[in-house]
Amino acid sequence: MRKLIAIAFLLILGFFMLKIVSVFPFGEERWGVSRHYVDKGIEENRASNLVTSIVVNYRGFDTLGEVTVLFLAATALAFLLATCKCRKKYERIEASLTLKTASDILYPLLILFGAYIFIHGHLTPGGGFQGGTVIASAVMLMLLSHFTFHPNHRALSTIEGLAGIIFVLIGFAGFIWGGSFLANNILPLGHWNRLFSAGVIPLIYIAIGFKVGAELSGLITDMYKVTKEEE
Amino acid sequence: MAFFTASILLILIGLYAVLVKRNIMKIVIGLSLMDTGVNLLIVSLGFIRGRTAPIINVKDLLFNTSSKVVDPLPQALVLTAIVIGVAVTAVALSIVMLMYSKKGTLEIDEYKELKW
Repeated sequence: MRKLIAIAFLLILGFFMLKIVSVFPFGEERWGVSRHYVDKGIEENRASNLVTSIVVNYRGFDTLGEVTVLFLAATALAFLLATCKCRKKYERIEASLTLKTASDILYPLLILFGAYIFIHGHLTPGGGFQGGTVIASAVMLMLLSHFTFHPNHRALSTIEGLAGIIFVLIGFAGFIWGGSFLANNILPLGHWNRLFSAGVIPLIYIAIGFKVGAELSGLITDMYKVTKEEE
Repeated sequence: MAFFTASILLILIGLYAVLVKRNIMKIVIGLSLMDTGVNLLIVSLGFIRGRTAPIINVKDLLFNTSSKVVDPLPQALVLTAIVIGVAVTAVALSIVMLMYSKKGTLEIDEYKELKW
């Protein structure tokens, strides 16, 4: 009975959602404010990746808020797990030789690849968030395969705080010398499609990469430690 | 149109899991599915047929750009939404761990404290 009511409700909801969405024809031009971002983006920011140019510069304030939300989630998670009395006995199985050897080889490579992604965030698809996630996946691989792997929690939170402060300081530098918060005219813009270009955008994305990497690594370690401590 | 239908279907499947399933883990998976569906819907709204990705890495794209690339704004918004989705899932999972440690079960019917 409950299932039938739920399905009927979902069918009605789906019908109306489809009706609303089908007002917009699929795959046709619908430029609004992003026409300016696309046509003037190279001229104003020199970042080849227009998505990066929007995320870090035009909507940089939004990204600052997003980073704050991520920080808030990590704090909430640490608080919740600290109050948790999750002291159940979990049987831990030794990881196989294949997993151990492979993760030993992959760990530095994954960290290097994450760094590559966030350093080239203004040139290629990718950026701080994606690179940080790759780094966190490297930490998770090590946690799964090695008993003795303990990331230094204090170092992680120090990196995270420093990266956040750098982001805000770059924003204030733009406020003082450039005219508005996160303005992109305090550094030379350089040439299009070069590594050293796009003003403050790579600096901000590197800070975001460090922050997200440290944050997600800490988050995974927090969740993992709950099952680990009782041994 | 297929993209719109598929993403709305994903949202509905996620909502179905939230409404009907009794296992808390499955409810969290449903929330995550809804998140993915919404992201797919927003990205497909910005798609323009026959255009390339909004990355200007060849000279040809430098001029008259807005007639050659898809809309980058929905992609930037979805980038934000994905990260927020990860944060929401992490907090939800930690709440599930807390609940499991209190009662030792994942069945939602066992948690009667908030019923009136």
